[in-house]
Amino acid sequence: MKNNPVFRVAAKILFAPIILFGLYVQFHGDFGPGGGFQAGVIIAAAFILHGLVFGLDQGRRLVSARVNLWVMAIGVLIYGGVGVVSLFQGGLFLDYNALTGSVVSGQHIGIILVELGVGVTVTSVMLALFHAFAGFVEDHS
Amino acid sequence: MTSIMIDMFLLGLLVFIAVMILRTGKLFAVIVMSGGYSLTSAAIFVNLDAVDVAFTEAAVGAGISTVLFLAAMSFLPAEEKAASKSDSTFSRTLIASIVCVVAGGLLVFAALDLPAFGDPNAPAHMHVAPRYLEESGTLLHIPNVVTTVLASYRGFDTLGETIVVFTAGLGVLMLLAGATRTRRPDAAQSTAQSTATSTARGKAKKGAAK
Repeated sequence: MKNNPVFRVAAKILFAPIILFGLYVQFHGDFGPGGGFQAGVIIAAAFILHGLVFGLDQGRRLVSARVNLWVMAIGVLIYGGVGVVSLFQGGLFLDYNALTGSVVSGQHIGIILVELGVGVTVTSVMLALFHAFAGFVEDHS
Repeated sequence: MTSIMIDMFLLGLLVFIAVMILRTGKLFAVIVMSGGYSLTSAAIFVNLDAVDVAFTEAAVGAGISTVLFLAAMSFLPAEEKAASKSDSTFSRTLIASIVCVVAGGLLVFAALDLPAFGDPNAPAHMHVAPRYLEESGTLLHIPNVVTTVLASYRGFDTLGETIVVFTAGLGVLMLLAGATRTRRPDAAQSTAQSTATSTARGKAKKGAAK
């Protein structure tokens, strides 16, 4: 698909809007349908589209396997970190009210951070799965 | 009424796709039709007002897993291996259909005991659900109850889910990407050397024992 101009142009045009939509789903999850899981999958889809059209090597240059592995762990650490911070603020583990001391702002901040952690992990895991499956075939054939 | 008709149509479509998946032997067609199956299920979830579930089903089931299956398909031959023609094919089909009909009948029989759809007096809606529904909008100012339940009230579960996703990713990477690492010439050489030295050592030990 690398040499087909239609695929290349379409992928270039679609890449940014897909990520923008993913970010909308990520941060609008409090008010409408969506959240970290869906947003993570959508953002990963943008990178997978890029990898499908421009080849796996270009995709790996965009997000290297090493970086991706760290990002996977960082998402879980963001989630767990929110819990630990609320512990140090004097609350229970993952007690968002303790983050700021008020129910409304604490819950909003806590939920947004936690969903961010979910989104980051899901994005990088989906991308890693795609690179692992597609890359295994390419490397071993 | 329209809702029921839409449901009936979508359920019929699901059964149709399932039968088509069973009948075809081409893996590519099976994968694409599973994507269609997921998309139809997403439409059913929308009809049930479960928009968040529908969103997930459409994104994960119809989107990513189709791509991942296609990527994984290149490991496999394009056609399903034909079942070996033995004398027991007919009796096997008979047994399978009997098991399916009996199990399906039992499930339908059990479903008759379930509370009606959306029944406010159903046990699932009596315990903590009313508190979530009342509090989420007024106390926490977060209109989407699904998000508050997922990220706040059931935050521990979601932490567990995230760790499961992370662990699954690690597992696949260890299985597949770990195999690509030895492909590098220097790494392959060093492993070859280490195995050579270990076998040499083993031989030396054997020699010493002799």
